This record gives sequence, structure tokens and C-alpha cells, in this order.
Amino acid sequence: MKIKNIIITFVSAIAILFSTSVVSLAKVVGDKIILGAAISLTGKYSSNGVHTQNGYNMAVDRINSMGGVKVGGKTYMFDIIYYDDESNPKRAAQLAERLISQDGVEFMLGPYSSGLTKAIAPVTEKYGVPMVEANGASRSLFTKGYKYLFAVLAPANLYLDVAIRTAVELNGGKGVRIAQAFEQDAFSQDVRLGILDAAKETGSKIIIDDKLPKELNDMAATLAKVKATKPDVLVVSGHTKGALTAIRQIAEMKVDVPMLAMTHCDAAKLSKQHGANSQYALCASQWHKTLTYKDDFFTDGMTYDADFTKEFGYAPPYQAAESSAALLVFKDAFERAGSFDQKKVRDALAATNMQTFYGNIKFAEGGQNVDKPMVLFQVMCDDAGKCENKVVAPLKWASAELIHPIPKWSER
Amino acid sequence: MDFLIFQVPMLTVQAVLDGLLLGILFALIAYGMALQWGVMNIINIAQGDLVILGGYIAYFMYLYGIHPAWGVIVSPIIMYFVGVIIYKLVINKVVDRDLFISILATFGISILFMQLMNFAFGADVVLANSGYGTTMLFDNSVTLPNSKIFSAFISIVFAIGLVIYMKKSKLGRAIRATAQNARAAKILGVDTEKVYAATFGINAALCGVAGALISITFTIHPYMGLPYTIRSFMIVIVAGLGNLPGVAMSGMGLGVFEEFADYILGTEFRIGSVFLLLVLILVYRRFKLSKKREYLK
Repeated sequence: MKIKNIIITFVSAIAILFSTSVVSLAKVVGDKIILGAAISLTGKYSSNGVHTQNGYNMAVDRINSMGGVKVGGKTYMFDIIYYDDESNPKRAAQLAERLISQDGVEFMLGPYSSGLTKAIAPVTEKYGVPMVEANGASRSLFTKGYKYLFAVLAPANLYLDVAIRTAVELNGGKGVRIAQAFEQDAFSQDVRLGILDAAKETGSKIIIDDKLPKELNDMAATLAKVKATKPDVLVVSGHTKGALTAIRQIAEMKVDVPMLAMTHCDAAKLSKQHGANSQYALCASQWHKTLTYKDDFFTDGMTYDADFTKEFGYAPPYQAAESSAALLVFKDAFERAGSFDQKKVRDALAATNMQTFYGNIKFAEGGQNVDKPMVLFQVMCDDAGKCENKVVAPLKWASAELIHPIPKWSER
Repeated sequence: MDFLIFQVPMLTVQAVLDGLLLGILFALIAYGMALQWGVMNIINIAQGDLVILGGYIAYFMYLYGIHPAWGVIVSPIIMYFVGVIIYKLVINKVVDRDLFISILATFGISILFMQLMNFAFGADVVLANSGYGTTMLFDNSVTLPNSKIFSAFISIVFAIGLVIYMKKSKLGRAIRATAQNARAAKILGVDTEKVYAATFGINAALCGVAGALISITFTIHPYMGLPYTIRSFMIVIVAGLGNLPGVAMSGMGLGVFEEFADYILGTEFRIGSVFLLLVLILVYRRFKLSKKREYLK
């Protein structure tokens, strides 16, 4: 019994020591600026969570190795405390609370996905902690009047807006007939709202409007309806699952549609998993390596792509690129604020107007980035079956011409 | 728009065929569930997760250049042993207990499996391409992916094979005897412990087959198991325990029901309608039971 007591005392002593040392690590200590982040390292978002973390780490290393952040004549280095939110919104909110009140973090980076960002934003708002996030695009994040939330990415309702406008343009300015299928989650439903707006403005008609359940892995019924009604555009958004299921079943059911627009193609590794069947799919993306934006740290998209691939062994999806951009925004804001006062940093963030390799960044009142359009790429394959994503819209960055309409299956 | 199915008659044909092919696959999973429920009185919440694990086996074969169709042979063999191991580690401790205990235990296994698969295989949605092409009927207005036809065919082969095995083999007879009366079977020299292990293994093997077929026809993901558990639970409830032809019929019925719910109510109500049907059937059963006069046991 005595030994047990001694062990318990010993363990608690160590625990207390650790907890105090964590507190002393936090905030801005010595030459370190400590940022906090709850990220999905396990659970259903873990692959994108890891992309996010890699993006953050890459930028931290780069900024630190290139001289760090200069505030008030002194040089500081970035450091990040990570916690695993297990892809669970409740856990994410708890961890944000813990980062701020226990670890004393004064500046936060966002988690992965709109849902988790939605869970964390009220907490950072409550404590007045500025958060730059890179992976929550849901429109509802930017309509709540949050003052401390800044998103480097374009809001979800703009994801496929370009596709509808392009289709209308190709149709001689006349409205098109749209079939759409969206998963029932915050992000996909926002993409849907964007399509509804675009349809209204262009006089297009929505003839199929299906909502996909979260567990769905069969879209046969939706696609049979598409076959029967022959719309001009088919729009699908349901994360990687939706993209993979749609391509598989469109190919199997030989659904001919002049334009197919979707989200999450690169996260789903569409061309790798489906090869030539994914050809001609149009995909919305926040970023593509061939875009010609520039900055001092990562030079440009191509260099970022090469450096990231060298470090992590795979090509960076846009989730990684936008995460790296979040750190660049923080650095810029700290230097302009010239202080670590949370209010001053917040005001500096709000006044951000810069270019990064990922795109221009300028925040609107609600915190969303309004200076960076979405890009559309099209999956294009050569005769050997090797596929590549080529930017086709907006025209300014297009590296290939849009193939429209998609050839019929009988002619492929 | 929701009633498009009545305006275009070919959609009805498409829905019925899709539903039947899907239903046969569901029935195979439900078949395993009915078997262990009947024999061991265990409702296996981890059923769907065993299916997904089986799917990953086929997927990895595909990844290493072996045609995923071979998964329907390799996957059940591996899954049989997985099943036996689960039985030895967990299930044998809950087999004679209250149904609630076994539901809790298998629920725990389900969560464990989800997390382990997520840990080992990652959270990406994956699939295996069979390259089987498509069968087109009625001038290309009805299309049936050959992978679905293949799935249904393999499911039927395994189901029939199992029925014969249960009737003819020694182990099959022992399983049936244990299901009827475990104590009597024990007295007559049946090693019920072995029978239970084999039953759980056979169930896992069936899940393995179904999983391999699902990776060929649909997509797999560590967290996608639960809908399969619910569907098979539903099928067994409708068919009633120990009613194997009933399982096949209710499986196909459920498949067609889902497809029609999708067309008429909308895709978002597809899985919801399965739950609704489950509730309705349970209420109806209860109602019928209350009318039936029975003697007290």
C-alpha cells in the first residue's frame, strides 16, 4: 500500500510539473510565437487533417529558416501546439478551450473542415483570440458577425459558380438545364446555394436537385434520372466519397452529359483511382500549382509543389497549400501590427492585402477572402491513360482549353 | 420531379433491377447475421465493419495488381480466421449472457474495428476497379454494371453453397443441432464451443465475400459499416429467425424498396426510409402478436 501511495504521489507530481511547463511554453515566450491548432489526426477527416498539418509545418519551417517574424525590432520564431480533435466537433471545441485557457495560446490556426471550424469559432470569438483558418469554407462561418475569424480561402458558395457561368457562356448566354446532387453537410449545401444563386442570375433551370445522405455510396437512382432527363450540366458535391462514387457509376451506367462539375477531385485522387473514366470531369479547386501568384517564401506554385513533394513524398493537394498560406498571413499581420496585442493583431489581420503563392488575400467584413477566385480544372488523359489536371477557367490562368461538350461514351 | 419514375417507364425497370441486384448482396450479409443470431443468440453490431474489412482485403489485392474478383475467395478465408479470433477473445465470454451484453460487446468491437481500420488503412475513400463493363438493355435506356451482376451471382453461389453445407456436412448438422437446443446437442456429444467458433467464423467469412463485392461495386471507407449492419438487422427482423428463404426474399424486397424510396421520396430519405420501415414492421409484429392467443410458458 505504501509503495502504491508513493507511486501515485510521484506520478501526480510529474503531471503537475508537466502541466505547468506547458503553460510556461505558451503565448509569446522568449523568441517564440506559439500558435495553437486542433487538427483531425485520427477519425474520418484524418487524411485531410494530415495535409493541413503538413501545410502548417512546411510554412513554419520556411518562415523560421528565412529569418522568422520581426516584431518591434526583435526576431521571433513560429511554433505550433497541436492537439488531435478526432474529427469530432465537440472535441475540437473542448481542445480550443484548453489551448486558450490552459495552454495560454493567444493566436490560433484553424482545424480541417467547415464543421470543425464552426465548432471552434465561437470559442476563439469568446476569448478574443484571432484565428486564421484555411479549411473552413462554409458560407455560414462568415455571416455570424465573427470579428476574430479570418479565412484565406474562397467561400463554399463560389466553388462551382464558375462552372455554371461557363456553361451558360458556351450556350450562347442562354440559361442551361442543371442536374445536381449534394451531400447533406454544411459545406456541400453551401456549394448548392451558390449554384442556386448562379442559376437564378443566368436564367438556368434546375431539373434534378438530389440530396445525398452521408453514408451514401450508391448514386444509381440519381444517375438514372439524369439519363432520362438529359440535363446540360451535372453538378456533384459530396466530398471524396461523392466524387469517387459519381465517376464510377457515370462510367458504368454510361451517362452522357455535356458538362460534369464536381468538388474534391484532387483529394479523391480521381485520376489515379479511376484513370481514363475520370476524363473530362471539371473540378473546383482553391489552388493549382500552375497559377502564377508569387511570394518571397515559396516563390510560386510550381516551387511549392516541388518543395512539398520533396519533403512529404506526395504532391500537395490544395488543402496543404492554403494551410501554408495561413502562416504567411499571420507573419504579415504580426509585422504590421508591431505588437502581440490581440486586438492590434486582429485589426492588422482585417487590413491584410497581400499576395502569396496561393493567391491574393484580402478579407471582407465577415472574414472570408474575397480577392482569390476559385479555379476549375479538367481531368485530361493522353492515349496511354496518363491523366493530368489542367486549369481551364478562369481564362487568365488557363493552361488548356476546356473540352466541351464531353464526348459520348459510345464515341470514347 | 419526384415522380419522374412514373413518367419514364424504363426507370421503373431500372429501379427494380438495381434493387434486386443490390438486395441479393444485402441478403448475403443478413444471412450471416441470421445464422449467428439463430445459433448463438448474438446480434452482431460489428457486422458492417467485418464487411468493410473484407472489402479492404480485396482492395489491397487490387492495389498489388491482383484482380479484385479473387478477393471473393481470399477475403472469406482470412475473415474466417478473424472471426474465430474475435470469438475466442470476446464473444465466447458473452455467448450465454443477456442479449444486451452481447450487443454492447459487439458495439465495442465495431468501434475498435473502425478506429483500427482508419489507423491502418487511412481515412481515404477507396475502391477496386474490376473493369467488367456494362450490360445495356432496351436500347441503352437501362444499364446494368456487370460488377453488380457479378456481385449478385457470387452472392447466390455462396448462399446456395452454405445451405448445402449446412444440410450435408457434419459441422453444418452440428450447427443446426446447437441452434435448436444447445444443451441437448452438448449432451449428445456436440462440441458447442467449437460450433460457436465456427459459426462466428462462417459469418465473418460471408462478410468477407460481401465486402470484396462491395469494394468492386461501390466504395469502402473505415466508417461505412453501420448502414450494412442496420440493413442486415432489418432484413433478419422482417424474415424472422431461422427463415433462410425469407432472408433472401426480404433482402431483395429491401433493395427494391430502397430504390423506389430514392426515386419517390428523394435520395436523402433512402436510408431513413429503411429505418421507418423497420419501425413499421416492428409495430405491426407487435400488433399481430397481441392478437394471437398463446399459452404461458
